[in-house]
This record gives sequence, C-alpha cells and structure tokens, in this order.
Amino acid sequence: MTVDLPTVWFGLTALTFTIYFFLDGFDFGVGILQPFLARSEAQRRALIGTVGPFWAANEVWVILAASVIFAAFPLWYGALLTALYPLFALILLALIGRGVAFEYRSEVDHVRWRLFWDATSFVTNLLPAFLWGVIMSNMVRGLPLGVGGRFEGHVLGAFDLFTVLGGLATLSLFVLHGATYLLLRLHRDGTLYLRARRAALLWGAAATVLVLAFVYVGFVRSGVFNSLGLSQWLFPAAAALNLGLVWLALTLRRDGLAFASTGLTVVFSTATIFLSLYPNVLPSTLGETYTLTVRNSASEPTTLRLLSWVSLIFLPLIIGYQAWNYYVFRQRVQERDQAIPGGGSGD
Amino acid sequence: MNELFGFSTLDLSRFQFATTSIFHYFFVPFTVGFALIIAVLQTLAYRSHDPKLENLTRFFGHLFFINFAVGVVTGIVQEFQFGMNWQGFSNFVGNIFGVPLALEVLMAFFLESTFLGLWWFGKDRLPAWASLASIWIVALGTTVSAFWIILANAWMQHPVGYALRNGRAVMTDAWAIVTNPKALEWFAHLWSGGLTVAAFFVLAVSAYHLRRKHNVPAFRVSFKVALLTALIGSLGVVAAGHVQGQSAVRDQPMKYAAFSALWDTPTGSQMPESLVALPSNGARANRFEVTVPYVGSFLAFNNFSGKAKGLNDLQREYAARYGPGNYLPWVWPVYWAFRVMVGLGGLMLLVSAYYTWRWRRGRLDDPGRLYPLLLVMPLAPHLANFSGWVATEMGRQPWIVQGLLRTADAVSGLTPQTVLVSLAAFWVVYLTLIGLDVFLLTRTARAGMHGPEVETPSVPAPHYLPEGAAP
Repeated sequence: MTVDLPTVWFGLTALTFTIYFFLDGFDFGVGILQPFLARSEAQRRALIGTVGPFWAANEVWVILAASVIFAAFPLWYGALLTALYPLFALILLALIGRGVAFEYRSEVDHVRWRLFWDATSFVTNLLPAFLWGVIMSNMVRGLPLGVGGRFEGHVLGAFDLFTVLGGLATLSLFVLHGATYLLLRLHRDGTLYLRARRAALLWGAAATVLVLAFVYVGFVRSGVFNSLGLSQWLFPAAAALNLGLVWLALTLRRDGLAFASTGLTVVFSTATIFLSLYPNVLPSTLGETYTLTVRNSASEPTTLRLLSWVSLIFLPLIIGYQAWNYYVFRQRVQERDQAIPGGGSGD
Repeated sequence: MNELFGFSTLDLSRFQFATTSIFHYFFVPFTVGFALIIAVLQTLAYRSHDPKLENLTRFFGHLFFINFAVGVVTGIVQEFQFGMNWQGFSNFVGNIFGVPLALEVLMAFFLESTFLGLWWFGKDRLPAWASLASIWIVALGTTVSAFWIILANAWMQHPVGYALRNGRAVMTDAWAIVTNPKALEWFAHLWSGGLTVAAFFVLAVSAYHLRRKHNVPAFRVSFKVALLTALIGSLGVVAAGHVQGQSAVRDQPMKYAAFSALWDTPTGSQMPESLVALPSNGARANRFEVTVPYVGSFLAFNNFSGKAKGLNDLQREYAARYGPGNYLPWVWPVYWAFRVMVGLGGLMLLVSAYYTWRWRRGRLDDPGRLYPLLLVMPLAPHLANFSGWVATEMGRQPWIVQGLLRTADAVSGLTPQTVLVSLAAFWVVYLTLIGLDVFLLTRTARAGMHGPEVETPSVPAPHYLPEGAAP
C-alpha cells in the first residue's frame, strides 16, 4: 500500500491547528473572561494561575503549525501569510503582548502596573481569538491569488459577512471553551466558579447562535463548504450538537462533560474548515488554475518522508510530556486573599 | 518599483527582518548560556543540599524566567515572517529550509516551554531530582534549538545536498545538510557566544553583590561558575571565529574580502591586513587605510604567503558567472561590524583571563579596579553578537541563498505602506520589550536574595489545593 504523503501532511496540518485551537482556545477564553469574572487581586491571580504553567507550551502548537506548512507546503505558506499579512502581523503582535502580560504582570507589586498588564492581556487575547476565525474563513472562501500564489487583492478584502462571522464564531467559542476550562480548574466552593458557570451559560448561547449563523452563511454561499466528504452537514451538525450538549452538562453540573463538549466543538469546527478545503489548500478567487492544492503546493517526497519519521518519534513524546505537565498541576486553583511568600506549595 | 519615502518594499522588508531577528537575538543566546549556568548551580545545590545554593539557583532562575518570556514571544515572529515578507524565498527553499525549522519546534521548542513551566511553577510540586532534570532538559532544548536554526542559516550561506527542480531547491541528501561544515563551525561560534552573554551577566550581578558583601558565600559560587563559563565561552568564540574566517575565504570569498576591505587582490608575496580603513563602494577602494603586512595571510591561511581575492576581481568573476549586476555587499558596515565583533571578542577574553588570574591569586571576593568595567561587560557580548550578525548577513548580499537566489527576487509582493506600518509597530513593541526586560532584570538583580527564603513573592504563585483534597 502506498501512502499519499501530501494528503497525510495535509491531515497533520489540520491536526496541529486543531490541537492549537483546542489548547490555546481556552487560554484566550480565560484571558478574555478575566475582567468580567475577577473582582479582586486574589481572583485575578487565581484565574492566571489556571493557565500559568501551560500557556507557553500551548502556544508552541501554532509555531509548529506554521513550520509544518512551511516545510510541507511551501507555496501555501508563502501565499497565505503574504495575502493575509496585516492579520498575521496583528496576531504576532498580540501573541507577544499576551505572553509578556502573563509573565510580567506579577513582577512589580503596583496597582497601575498590574492594571496595564490586565488591559494588555484582555486586548491581546481578544485579537487572536477573533482573527484566527477570520483567517480560517478566508482560507475556505479563497483569496485573489494570481500566478505563483501572488496576492492580487486589497487588505480590506479579508473582511466580509462570512469571514467576520467566522471571527465572531471563534471568539465566542473560545470564550465558552475558556469558561468550561475554568469549571475544571477552579475550586468549586469559590465565587469564581459560580461566575464561570454563569459565563459558560451566557457564552454558550452566544456561541451557538454565531456558529450556526456562520455555518448557514457558509452553505448559502455556494461552493464554500461544498467539498465536504461524507455528508456536507455532518461536521457542522456535530459541532452544533456539541454546543447543545454544553447546556445539558452545565445543568447536570458535569464539569468534565462540559469541557469535553466545548473541546469537541472546537475539534469539529476545525475539521469542517479543513475537510471543506481538501483537496485544495488555498482556493484562488481569480480562477481555478491559480488554486493551490495539496498536490501542487506540497514539498517533494524526500522532504515529506524525513518529516514523517521525525514526527512519528517526537509527536507522541510531546503529547506525553505535555499531558504529564497537566497532570502535575492537576489540582483545582483556589483564591487566596493575599500572596503568601513562598506560596504555591501544597499547604 | 513602488516606493515610499525612497524606500522600496525590499528595503523595508530587509529592515524589518533585521529588526525582528536582531531583537530576538538579544534574548536567545542569553537563554542558551543562562540555562546551562543555572543547571550547573542547581546541580551543585542538589549535591550539597546547601540552602544558600538553592536560594542562589532560585534567584538566578527568576532572572532567567524574566528573559525567557521575551525570548519565546519574539521567537514566534521568526517562524511566520519568512512567508509574510519573503514569499519568493519560501517558495524556493521551503523543501529544505522549512525542515530544520520544523525539527526545531518538534525537538526543542516544546521541550523548553513545557519543562521551564514545570521547573518554575513546579518548584514545590516536583521531587528534587525531577526539578533538576527539568532545568537540564531546558538547557538541552535551548542548545538543540540553536543547532537547527544555525543549520537553516548555514544552508543559505553554503547550500549543500540539494538539486534544482522546477525553479525550486529540493533535498537530495539530508545527511549532507545536517553535516554542513559551515553549520558545525557556526554552531560552535554561536554556542560559545551564548555562554559569554549569560556568563558576563552573572559575573556582573555576582560582583555587584560581592562588592556589597551580600550573601558572599553564595555569590562566590556563582562568580566562579560564571567566570569559568566566560573563559570557555570567549576562548570558543575566538577559536571558532578563526576557523570560520578561513572557511569564508573558500566558500564566500566576497564576504571575506568585505570583512577585510580588500578591494584588489594583493600583488606582493603576502597579504596584509587592514587595521583601520574607510571603504567606499562608490570609489571601489578604501579612501584611507592602515595595513599590517603578513597578518592577512596568517589570519586567512595560517601561513605567511597566502592571498585572498579582492572585491573588484570577485565582482568581475561573479558578473561572468551569474550575468551582469552588482555583486558587491555594502562594504563599510560589514568591515566595521566585523572589527567591532573581533575587538569585543578579544576584550571578553582578556577580562575573563584577568579575573581567572585574580582567582588563582586568591582575590576572588574583591572585583578590584576593573569593577566598573565588569558592570558594563554584559553589553559586550550582546554588541558582539549584533555586529556579528550584521557582518555575516550584510556580507552575503545581494544573495539570500548564496549563488542561487537574490534577496531582491525573494521578497513578497507587498506594498511598501503595508510593510512600513508593521515595521513601525514591531519597533514600538520591541523597544518596549527591551525596556521592560532591562528594567525588570536590573531591578530583580539588584534586589538580590532577601534572607533565607529568597522566594520572590511577586512570582505568580497559583494556590493549588492540597493533594487528595476533595475537589
């Protein structure tokens, strides 16, 4: 049996993005929710503590996604990043601000200093959560690409009803995902936990409406979701079904189920995007001949084989130690009124 | 070509690449060397069970942590900008260049960020051996990371193991790419450079506290460890640099000639080396120069009769080989950047040798009259790195991939306006980052260790429930 390497690598690209959105999705959500949920310094710290040991490693998945596209589909990489240049520049600046906000916020014990970083954190979590949706919908919709993947469009062309709805859908989905993540991570007796639960109910409603609207617009605009495999509706319907499941889980007070449902929604939504793309990677709106496909934009077999062997060894290892990281910090986070020198220990 | 204030998309993209890479490179070598120093300190603490060494590790670990955050976030930009600004380059080399980048992420980036989190936040949750293993894994990760990046860069300067197919470079011999002799020389140079960056920083901080008699027994240890690291690092930088210069004569003669501002191939029986010169691309000669006989031959060939080719001859050769065009790099910045780098390398070697001598004479606790110099020395390796990158990257222009792809053919078809806006944004953000990093590093370094528990209460310490408590 021969393995179609470009298709395998298209699948792995999709997988990398899926893991990235799943993991960094709740980081974004927690960052966006923080000003709404936390009223005191102790609460703010507790919220940051839920993602503190994890965000950096979660974020590496997007670096992997970029480098996988670069190595396995160089033409896709160049065309996508050039065409959506301003969006990626904004995401990069936001990811810089967010990382620094996480790490530097507590370095100086001063109210204005912390306020500055809280504001930075809010904006820089909000921006990528929205922009990733815009980027993914642009990928599905297609871009005005000419010969050799050269971008022939305008900066503002990235925004229309479909792509903005895509952005709002990811934004709301990530906030919801962050809220259900907090249900797993916060001490159940705290007020924060209750607020997170209310936020999950509220954002669950918002996310459902926005995701359904996005899917509807996608189907109405012919050709956007049409190349989906088995049944066009399968993956979007599964995503929507999972959103329904969140409410059930919240009513039953099943934290694990709630988080699993929002996680699966992220998974199914990302799968919808990539399955509807295949066998293209970046359709051109200027004509079929310019469309980048899995086949015409992939690297040579030598490169793909090498990448396959290395990934076969390292991906399970990475998933293993990242899982262990979550296991080490598995305890729920509790709010404390003040920082205790030497705190953080299991007392 | 479309221009803005006289700058084309190419100019602005190059400036942006230089900006984002050089800023990122203020943090990277620091991380490489610092992780190793901290791993050594923690090993000493682990073996001696000495609380003062544990505190010392924590103290320097905090400084490491402050710096690491900025290193990580500026690294993300590096992964995206090849596609954003250099579409022609990505299309041409993705098959080869993308691989080491992907391997870096798979083998190193995940490792560093996961285990640093475990090490820093898990200080009370992991057994001592696991904590020690974590910091060693971080140190290993930073080194592996540096290796793959250098490998990618070395391929651009000295392409090997490839074939050209449909106007793209494809991999034919992965082993040749991994064992690119350029990459191995440079890795040695850069890794040693990384040691010096961290070593002179730790030296300065330790000297500061030794001078003020704070925690003398602890800071003596960090001073010694840093001093040895500085000595090994500066020796390594100088030795590897010498080897690299000689291989440049063979593989990138144009760059070597620019390093020496050598316009005409020497006519005598030996090659002099210029001490100072004012090179002019317009005149294709030096407006002024002071040269020393025989030194050039020795530096380039380890003998006293070797001669390298001059820029003007190389220009004629390249034009005959690649077609008409200007193949000269902009000589004066390359020449002076190279000299600044070499000078600072020598200074680092002298300072570390001087303090090693004082240590042998039993005068470790007293930084002596060179104390003010010691406090500013952390700037020296940074400046040397900066100049080194300027020399090596400007020295290979107009090529982005030596002999295969010109920088002008690699740039994305963006408008200069688009690039200018992002360039301005990156400058604002990066200057802020540098400012914050320096501010927090000095603040934390000066505060030193307070009492027996150096715990920094400012560190975000999430309060977890005890083991086995009802959730």
